[in-house]
Amino acid sequence: MNNQILELKGISKSFSDASGSCKVLADIAFSIAENEIVCLMGPSGCGKSTILRIINGLESADSGIVKSKGSENSVNIKSTMVFQDHNLFPWLSVFDNIAYGMRLKKRYVSEEKVKEMVSSLLSLVHLEVFSGSKPYAISGGMRQRVAVARALAIEPDILLMDEPFNALDTFTRRELQNEVIRIREEMKTTFLIVTHNPDEAVYLADKIVILSTSPATINEIISVPLKYPRDTSDPDYVMFVQKITSLIKATGTNGRS
Amino acid sequence: MFSIKKFFKRLLIPLLILIIWEIVSLKINNNFILPGWEDILPIFLTPTAPLFGGPSLLFNTIVSLERVIFGFLLAAAVAIPIGLLSGWSKEVYEYSGSIISILKPVPPIAWLPLAIAWFSIGFTSIIFIIFLGALFPILLNTIDGVRNVRKSWLEAAETLGATTFEKFLTVIIPGTFPSIWTGLRVAFGVAWMCVVAAEMLPGTSSGLGFLIMYVYNLGQIQVIVAGMVVIGIIGIASDMFFKFGQDRLFDWQGKE
Repeated sequence: MNNQILELKGISKSFSDASGSCKVLADIAFSIAENEIVCLMGPSGCGKSTILRIINGLESADSGIVKSKGSENSVNIKSTMVFQDHNLFPWLSVFDNIAYGMRLKKRYVSEEKVKEMVSSLLSLVHLEVFSGSKPYAISGGMRQRVAVARALAIEPDILLMDEPFNALDTFTRRELQNEVIRIREEMKTTFLIVTHNPDEAVYLADKIVILSTSPATINEIISVPLKYPRDTSDPDYVMFVQKITSLIKATGTNGRS
Repeated sequence: MFSIKKFFKRLLIPLLILIIWEIVSLKINNNFILPGWEDILPIFLTPTAPLFGGPSLLFNTIVSLERVIFGFLLAAAVAIPIGLLSGWSKEVYEYSGSIISILKPVPPIAWLPLAIAWFSIGFTSIIFIIFLGALFPILLNTIDGVRNVRKSWLEAAETLGATTFEKFLTVIIPGTFPSIWTGLRVAFGVAWMCVVAAEMLPGTSSGLGFLIMYVYNLGQIQVIVAGMVVIGIIGIASDMFFKFGQDRLFDWQGKE
């Protein structure tokens, strides 16, 4: 694959607590190309979120390397995360939430630039009218769109999403999935999305990484060469969903002790 | 949110008490035990009139309020920064935690003899007592507030690139504000009780506490009751002020 933006090699990680140490990740390796949507799947509790957290720097790996665009051994790509529970700052308006990352010292963004950027992001996620609203006053789907806009505001090379649409109803979910595809086109963003929904993965991903459990290892990496926007009634689409569902079922039972 | 029915429900028992009070006072017919409202209410009609050679009701009220506000602000200025730091940093809490736990259960009034020994009777020792009374509610609520700031907000800030200091400024402080405000609300109530108690000490010459003790010595029970009513009204008013502020400033609370 050309133009790799991120490559994970031999990532391992254990957590230790009072009852001893528990290995969650073993020898995880996969790569992501620029402007690609990759979905990360596996039984719950297998360590999918941990992988995102390692890439983002919220956790560190015990061994292995995260190689990024052009450099070894260090994460010098800008990544940011969208969480399952939108995690917006409830005391800030929609506008100020989106502007948060840009207003941090190190980015040296002038307030004019901030306004310009936030306005364009607000129109990207169709929330211009709610610029001054507090998060509690808007719907769950809107909040998650604000969270996506807030993440895009710092112009990340890769957007890490941790089961981002889990808390939403089916219709809102589909709407936001379409928005991810559209944003990928418009902003040339790269996505790594953790999901446990096979339909979501096949709808969105160029590539699906399936993990096995305890500790998580790479079970299979499946390319989905279907055209966007994808037709959920297309036999090929249905076939992919079935294939992935059965793969995850299998890994789920294997992993159980 | 405020219906006439609710208003009436709240007023019913106080009104009943007033009526029973009046009946009993007429029966007893002794102003030194239970003065009637016909003797108490006129005091409110002339709030600026000197009372039995002492300062007026209004003057005493203002003096007490000034003291409370001064001591209260002083306590807030000390407690909020220490609380923020103690909640945020385990290191700071390990140093400050034990002294807070030891001093917390001591009633502010128990400090009076020491206050007088250190600062002599007057403004400074009264402020000192108010300060101690207001300090702990603010401090403890602030520490608690910092600890209850959601980890996920901090992670969101971190993933957007915030440094530790920026997380403190932009997440911890605004996230703790509602708890601080609750602390201020409780603290103002405590401070108000402290000032009245401290002003009752011999040697003070103004304030509502002083007024109550002064007229007690003159046997003017109706003025004592008037003073108590003012104390109660200011207590309710300040609480309403803080409640109003809470609804306005932290409209997001509980809805996140």
